[in-house]
Amino acid sequence: MDKKEYLDLYHQMVLIRRLEERAAELYQKGEIGGFLHLYIGQEAVSTGIVAARQPQDQVITAYRDHGVAINVGISAEKVMAELLGKETGISKGKGGSMHMADVSKNFYGGHAIVGAHLPIAAGLALANHMQENDAVTIAMFGDGATNIGFFHEAINLAMAWKLPILWVCENNRYGMGTSPERASAVSDIIQKACGYGMQAFDVDGMDVIAVKDMVSERLADIRSGSGPQFLEACTYRFRGHSMGDPERYRSKTEVKKFVEKGPIDNFRKFLFKEKLATEEELDQIGVVVAEEIDAAVTFAQESPEPPDEALFEHIYVEETGGA
Amino acid sequence: MANIVEMPKLGFDMAEGTLAKWVKSEKDPVEKGDILAEIETDKATVEVESAFGGIVYKQLITEGTAVPIGTPIAVVAEKGEEVDLDTLVGKSAAEPAQAEPEPEPDQQRAIHASAQPAASDEESEIIKASPIAKRIAKEKGISLANITGTGPGGRIVKRDVEKAEKSPSSQPYASKSKASIQAGVDEEIQVSNLRKMIGERLTESRQTVPHFYITSMYDVAELLKTRKQLNKELPDEQRVSVNDFIIRAAALALRDFPNLNASLSGTTLKRHGDIHIGVAVAVDNGLLTVVVRNADQKPLTQISQEANEMIRRVKAGKVRNDDIEGSTFTISNLGMYNVEDFVAIINPPEAAILAVGSAKQIPVAIDGELDIGWRMKATISADHRITDGAEAAEFMQHLAIFLEQPWRLFA
Amino acid sequence: MAVITMREAISQALWEEMERDEKVFIQGEEVGVWGGTYAVTKGFLDHFGPDRVRDTPIAEAAIVGAAVGAAMAGMRPVAELMTINFAFVAMDHIVNEAAKMHYMFGGQFKLPLVIRAPGGGGRQLAATHSQTPDVIFAHFPGLKVVAPGTPADAKGLLKEAIRIDDPVMFIENATVYQQKGEVPDGDYTIPIGKSKVQREGSDVTLVAYSKMVYYAMQAADILAKEGIEVEIVDLRSLRPLDMTPVLTSFKKTNRAVIAEEGWRSYGVGAEVASRIYEEAFDYLDAPIQRVAQKEVPLPYNARLEQMALPQVDDIVKAVREVLK
Repeated sequence: MDKKEYLDLYHQMVLIRRLEERAAELYQKGEIGGFLHLYIGQEAVSTGIVAARQPQDQVITAYRDHGVAINVGISAEKVMAELLGKETGISKGKGGSMHMADVSKNFYGGHAIVGAHLPIAAGLALANHMQENDAVTIAMFGDGATNIGFFHEAINLAMAWKLPILWVCENNRYGMGTSPERASAVSDIIQKACGYGMQAFDVDGMDVIAVKDMVSERLADIRSGSGPQFLEACTYRFRGHSMGDPERYRSKTEVKKFVEKGPIDNFRKFLFKEKLATEEELDQIGVVVAEEIDAAVTFAQESPEPPDEALFEHIYVEETGGA
Repeated sequence: MANIVEMPKLGFDMAEGTLAKWVKSEKDPVEKGDILAEIETDKATVEVESAFGGIVYKQLITEGTAVPIGTPIAVVAEKGEEVDLDTLVGKSAAEPAQAEPEPEPDQQRAIHASAQPAASDEESEIIKASPIAKRIAKEKGISLANITGTGPGGRIVKRDVEKAEKSPSSQPYASKSKASIQAGVDEEIQVSNLRKMIGERLTESRQTVPHFYITSMYDVAELLKTRKQLNKELPDEQRVSVNDFIIRAAALALRDFPNLNASLSGTTLKRHGDIHIGVAVAVDNGLLTVVVRNADQKPLTQISQEANEMIRRVKAGKVRNDDIEGSTFTISNLGMYNVEDFVAIINPPEAAILAVGSAKQIPVAIDGELDIGWRMKATISADHRITDGAEAAEFMQHLAIFLEQPWRLFA
Repeated sequence: MAVITMREAISQALWEEMERDEKVFIQGEEVGVWGGTYAVTKGFLDHFGPDRVRDTPIAEAAIVGAAVGAAMAGMRPVAELMTINFAFVAMDHIVNEAAKMHYMFGGQFKLPLVIRAPGGGGRQLAATHSQTPDVIFAHFPGLKVVAPGTPADAKGLLKEAIRIDDPVMFIENATVYQQKGEVPDGDYTIPIGKSKVQREGSDVTLVAYSKMVYYAMQAADILAKEGIEVEIVDLRSLRPLDMTPVLTSFKKTNRAVIAEEGWRSYGVGAEVASRIYEEAFDYLDAPIQRVAQKEVPLPYNARLEQMALPQVDDIVKAVREVLK
């Protein structure tokens, strides 16, 4: 990787961070409705994954999807506009926070039902297999999803059919408000993969370079025909599960501990140590990001609402006769 | 400019007032100083003047409603002015507080035995007919009241209406062909819907209303003479009948007897502001009452014309809703059958009904001398919950003025 | 015109579409080696190979979910649920994923998948294996739901379902695979969302779909002997629901009977009757009769099971009732 690529990773992470912070403010003002699940603290995971993938590799994730959205190249404008439900949003205002996607960038969403996207991920990998297109599906999900039936059906099927898929569990230590220790018979998540005969790995999810390197290796393996593999990325979310979470399930001390060793700070330290960037350069990126976010919010706020007719659009690809 | 009229404070300790009576109706012109309404406080009933001139655009509350002082009760606007009530008065006032639920207009069915349906009595009002049967009947001008339904539960269905249309003998109100009894032969027929409804309504009336009766005898010599003279001047088809005289007479007499032009609903007595006289008309399978509206305000010839038209429609089976709804007092006249007197059952929810017998020549005593006079008996049946003997008797006396001095009918 | 069975019609449609478009593939339990538990895909594995005829684990959520993913990524899967009773395991992927993806992402993804599922009772398979829950799927906008009643319709509708880019629930009846009918020669499709008059008549409008069309035809013959001519309107699709031929017929006859194998409450009859009342109220000559399954879980005992299921005789009785 050259300096430019490193700075680009930094830029993405800071952009995600600022976007999420601003989204939280807008939510409290009432401009964003529904659920809002912030990716703050987990930026290194999605950034590292998308940096490692090849353009034909599909990425699919759950509802904490704003990070991936930025990483795959959806503009902050389109993300903000979607959060505000505007016509100019990446899903035309029809999906909201949990349903960002961009098929042109092989980003298959943004999904709200826990674990439901996992069988779909297997299907994407199945298509890759049948089309012989050298693509690997990357399915991201949380620790909580490893207990639902969909998870087991999906990883079993993928393994039985040897599909080209990388399962990435973002273990942020809490499925909503319940830790794996409380929710799972086996809280060591990698063990679940072993139960299906899959190669399983773990990585420090707070280290964007570590994630990128690990994912690159895994994808190369899978692309060469190893069959599905499992990666647990240990991470932490600094804010609650979603807006309005009273966070009774964890202590402020614990949160503080992780915030002080967050992914952006880690990366800054790394860049300085490796002499890849100066403080001024990084601060300058911060300034640019601030402007980007301001512009994105302005764009979103000034964008038009979807027209009334949009309510009835996209129900079907083909309208046929009949009531 | 639209103005809101509010419930006025008419006494130092008055908290609320009841709108006893609207003197001005909606759409009436009103000048500053005109009496708009009568307000009842717990001390007295007071006339209230309008502070504004213009048109009574809307009455915001109905008679009998009590509201706190300061509550909007009416809107007076300029003639032709369109007023947005929501904005002017606010939503709560735009939905008038009602003292009692009004009977819904669409609960009144096409044909009923009586003019005003009792609020509680909707079930028996409905003739069961399928939508398409009703539609065909309406289109062809066939009365459902005279069709026997062959559908489940006696429902009138399409085939029944089609059959009725085809066979002229089952035309309602055709000739009064009376079947005679064939010796030894029992005949079972389905009671017609009309008969059934009449039965239900009058049974209820008979059972729940405390009827009392007063019979009076009237000297109708002048009336008959006047009628004869009048009919000489009129073309044949516009001749007036004795009953037309009685309609107008009763209407004028009722002006001074609001209790007899009233309806009782629970404990609320509604004295009607209009006098609509119902006239019972015999039809093939029962009885209908056509309604002469505002009979006290119409000339005799107009009453006669309207009554005749409605009766014609009834007999042709093309009676309209308006013909048979809304009577406030009913007259039943069996005079053409040589009946001396009879007693009628009150048409609920009216206060009274007048049963009129034949006018005939009988021996009469005048100042101790025997003579021949034209006399006609009429019997009033009245509801003792609403009125009493004295009042009813006074009415019958008052009626005499109009029946025996027919010139008053033209005044 | 050939006379073939329902099974053959469905099988032919699948075969012809798989020949026509290599993106079409089948996955489900026992569809490959076994040849399908209703023998619909017999011979497919040998001809099309294991990549396109995929035996799956017993994992309905994955069967449908993977079909959703494959469809989103450009394939045209036909997922088979061994019976519609197992659809509940895959409920999320049918009604939350397949039905809504196109909408939620602003039109970015197409979902050209077909989910085939046989339903119906009468073989003593007991309550959880004998249901007709068609209305549940018909309830969801975004899904198309088809339930043919004749072999000709089955073939044409399945081909159409495979060719269009919308997710289709293709509901078969497990007890009438051997029902025969005339089927046009050559390649043809039938548009989804169009009802059809299967038999003309002037006395009563008899609305039916799926197996009840078969029963309705038998009832019609019985009634014809009494001089009663019923007009059978076959819905064919539950969503979109085409009321036009139903209403045209009803305006002629003024009386309707609706027959379905599912339960009466909240059923197809409830919807169709409501629409008739709404749109043809002034033509109504009698309350609409609904023939449906009795409101019980279906029992194992043969006699009791038949008592619960709607029979030809129930349709005949309903027609006589509506004519009273």
